[in-house]
Amino acid sequence: MGRTILINIVRFVLLIFIQAFLLKNIGFYNLSIPFPYILFIMLLPFEVPNWLLFLLAMGTGLTVDAFYDTAGLNAAACAVLAFVRIVFINVTVERQGFENEPEPKLGIMGFRWFFIYTVVLTLFHHVTLIFLEAFGFFDVKDILTRVFFSSIFTIFLIVISEFIFFRKKER
Amino acid sequence: MRNLWGFISKYNAFFFFIICFIISITLIIRNNSFQRSGVFNSSNEFVGEAYSRINKVQRYLRLAEVNDSLAKENAFLRKDLKMSHFDDSLVQQSVLDTVSRQQYTYIVARVVNNSIHQKNNYITINRGTRHGILPGMGVICPSGIVGIVKDVSADFATVYSLLHSDTKISASITENQAFGSLVWGEGNSDPRTAVLQDIPNHIQVKIGQHVVTSGYSTLFPEGLPIGRILRTKEKGGESFPEIVVRLDTDFSTLQYVYVIKNLFSAEKEKLEKQSKKDG
Repeated sequence: MGRTILINIVRFVLLIFIQAFLLKNIGFYNLSIPFPYILFIMLLPFEVPNWLLFLLAMGTGLTVDAFYDTAGLNAAACAVLAFVRIVFINVTVERQGFENEPEPKLGIMGFRWFFIYTVVLTLFHHVTLIFLEAFGFFDVKDILTRVFFSSIFTIFLIVISEFIFFRKKER
Repeated sequence: MRNLWGFISKYNAFFFFIICFIISITLIIRNNSFQRSGVFNSSNEFVGEAYSRINKVQRYLRLAEVNDSLAKENAFLRKDLKMSHFDDSLVQQSVLDTVSRQQYTYIVARVVNNSIHQKNNYITINRGTRHGILPGMGVICPSGIVGIVKDVSADFATVYSLLHSDTKISASITENQAFGSLVWGEGNSDPRTAVLQDIPNHIQVKIGQHVVTSGYSTLFPEGLPIGRILRTKEKGGESFPEIVVRLDTDFSTLQYVYVIKNLFSAEKEKLEKQSKKDG
């Protein structure tokens, strides 16, 4: 238990650091802006109660917002992300009987499940974030292009980082 | 009650989601100026549109008065036409006119919203940035002055009416060239009168003298009619009497106005700022 908390704290600090000081300066023509900090919320253990999950999601979102000067934007996107995560895990994990697993990680859940999980959660997060940022439906084509390219970038970073920290758990 | 509690705890994720999302949206709208202006701008456009629809009806009802005032103005302008003057020069030469340059141009606008009974009155006109209106321009009507442009959107502009406690207009009395500033409010809330301040006591002010714009400000050309002096009242112990001016402009039936564009204002302001900095 204590180890899980420690790992999550380290992961949080590391991801926020990378997001705020490295990735904030990276962007391709304002079209593709990666937000891999959502990995923190995605990798929280399965047994985290809902209220704590939402609390952590809001906290993460607001922390990123503080660095990006966009009060509330990332928090709203993270709230959506947390909700989708709960629904997604409810739908997929119980049925496949993974309930005794601690964390939704690549090494534990397998590549196929983790990839779909990443794609769905990233898409929901980015759609919320970019639509709220544009605040309207004036230029849907531009917004969708940004969602598409940003999502590809984020998914790529998340999957790569999971492969780097890949640990196959023997069951 | 237990059922309700059971329902909430069963779908707790959804309720947490709603709470978090509402908090975030509130934060976004309160703190981000872009989204805030988005909300207020779209509502402004909506309000402006509504006003202009209602105004269509009012405009029709006032056609006769507007026609009268236009005819009067036409007659006034016709007087200044070249063909109204006796031309006693024999040879006409075409000369490139380098002596007189255009200083003021006028943009015509229709009043779509107007109030006269508030403490601070504003006017909305149906011209905006797209037509070249900028904040701070002067606004006049055929009979007198109206106010100063406050905010501008793409298609509409709000104007500080002269009947606004923050509006101050530099004015002078034609007969003796004394100048002061014309204000409204502060105990005087009659939409037909305003108060001329800062005229010293030693200047002889008579009822019926004309008050015009002074030309010291860049907003209005010199000599536009404002009104006539209605009464004066000396306040004890003060060196400035209170001069009440009857306004020429009838704010209650305002229909068409002209926004004044001063082509020299940037130059004049730059020069004055320079002098202030040096002094």
